[in-house]
Amino acid sequence: MERNVYLYILVMAAVTYVIRVLPLTLIRNQINNTFVKSFLYYVPYVTLAVMTFPAIINATQIPAAGAIALIVGIVLAWKGASLFQVSILSCVVVFMVEMFLV
Amino acid sequence: MDIKMDTSEENICLQEKSTNINIKPFKEGIRDGIPIALGYLAVSFTLGIAARNAGLTTFQGFLAALLTNASAGGYAGFLLISSGGTYWEMAVVTMIANARYFLMSSALSQKLSPDTPLYHRFIIGYDVTDELFGISIAQKGWLNPYYFYGAMLVALPAWSLGTAMGVTAGNILSPKIVSALSVALYGMFLFIIIPPAKKDPIIGVLVALSFIASFISAEISFFSGISNGTKIIILTVVISGLAAIFFPVSEQEDDANGA
Repeated sequence: MERNVYLYILVMAAVTYVIRVLPLTLIRNQINNTFVKSFLYYVPYVTLAVMTFPAIINATQIPAAGAIALIVGIVLAWKGASLFQVSILSCVVVFMVEMFLV
Repeated sequence: MDIKMDTSEENICLQEKSTNINIKPFKEGIRDGIPIALGYLAVSFTLGIAARNAGLTTFQGFLAALLTNASAGGYAGFLLISSGGTYWEMAVVTMIANARYFLMSSALSQKLSPDTPLYHRFIIGYDVTDELFGISIAQKGWLNPYYFYGAMLVALPAWSLGTAMGVTAGNILSPKIVSALSVALYGMFLFIIIPPAKKDPIIGVLVALSFIASFISAEISFFSGISNGTKIIILTVVISGLAAIFFPVSEQEDDANGA
C-alpha cells in the first residue's frame, strides 16, 4: 500500500508535540512531594551526563579527538568559561586533533 | 487635562519597562542559542542525509525537521518511512524515541513560575529539545519564556535549514567539519552540568556515576538490544530515583541552586 509522506510527518509531529507539551501544561504548580521534587531536580544533570558520554567520543572521526574535547570542555566549564567558549573551543580542539591524527 | 497627560505618559513608561524586562532575556536567549544553532547545523545535516535516503524531498525534510525538532525521533521516523511501516507504528516509534522529552518537560515545569500563562507553556512545549532544555535549566531562578524564545528563534531555523541542506547537498561538508561541529552540543552539555557539579558534590558524584553507567551500558553486549533513547530513560530514572531516595533535596539547597 502506498502511504503518504505528509501523513507520516503529521503523525511524527503530533506525537512529539503531545509528549513535550503535556507535562508543561498539566504540572502547573510547584511539586511538594520531596521524592518527586528531588527526582526532577536531579533529572537534568543525570540525563545530560548520560547523553554526553560516551556519545562524544563516538561523534568524532577518531575517539581520541572526542576524548580530548571532553577533557578540555570539563576543564573550561570548571574554570567558569561561557557557554559559547566551551562549545566552540571543543569544536576547535576536535578540528586540531583530527588535522594531525586523521 | 495635564493630569490625564501625565497618567498616560506614566502608562507608556510602565509598558516600556515591562517590554524591556523581556528584551534582555530575549537577547540572552539569542546569544546562548548561537552555539546550539551551530551544533544543530552539523547534526541536522546528517539527519537530512537520512531523510534523503528515506526518499524524502528537500521540502519534506525541512517540514519534518521544523515540526518535530527531534534528532533520534527524526532518524527513527525516516527509517520507518523507508521501510513502509504503518501510521500506528510511526506513532509508537516516535513515542519511544522521544519519551525522554516527557521527563525533561516534567523537570522544566518546575522551572516555570506557577503563574506562567498557558500560552507560554504551549509554545515552550513545541521546542523542548535536549539543548534548549539544558540552557533553560541552567538559568538562575524562574525561566523567563522570552529567554527560551530567543534561543528557539536561532535554533529552530538552523535545525530545519540544516536538514533541508542535508537532503539537497548530501555530502558537501567535509567530514572533518561535520566531526568538529558535532561536539558543539556536547560542549554545551558540559557547560550546563559541570559548574553545578563543582558547587554541589552530590551532583558531581551523580555526573561521574552517569558517565560510568552510560559507558558500561554502551559497551556491554547485554544491553545492545536496547535502543539509545530507551537506555537514556532507564539510566536517568534509575540514577535520579536513587539520588532522590538517598539525597532528598531540602528547601534550602533548592534555593541555593536557584531552582
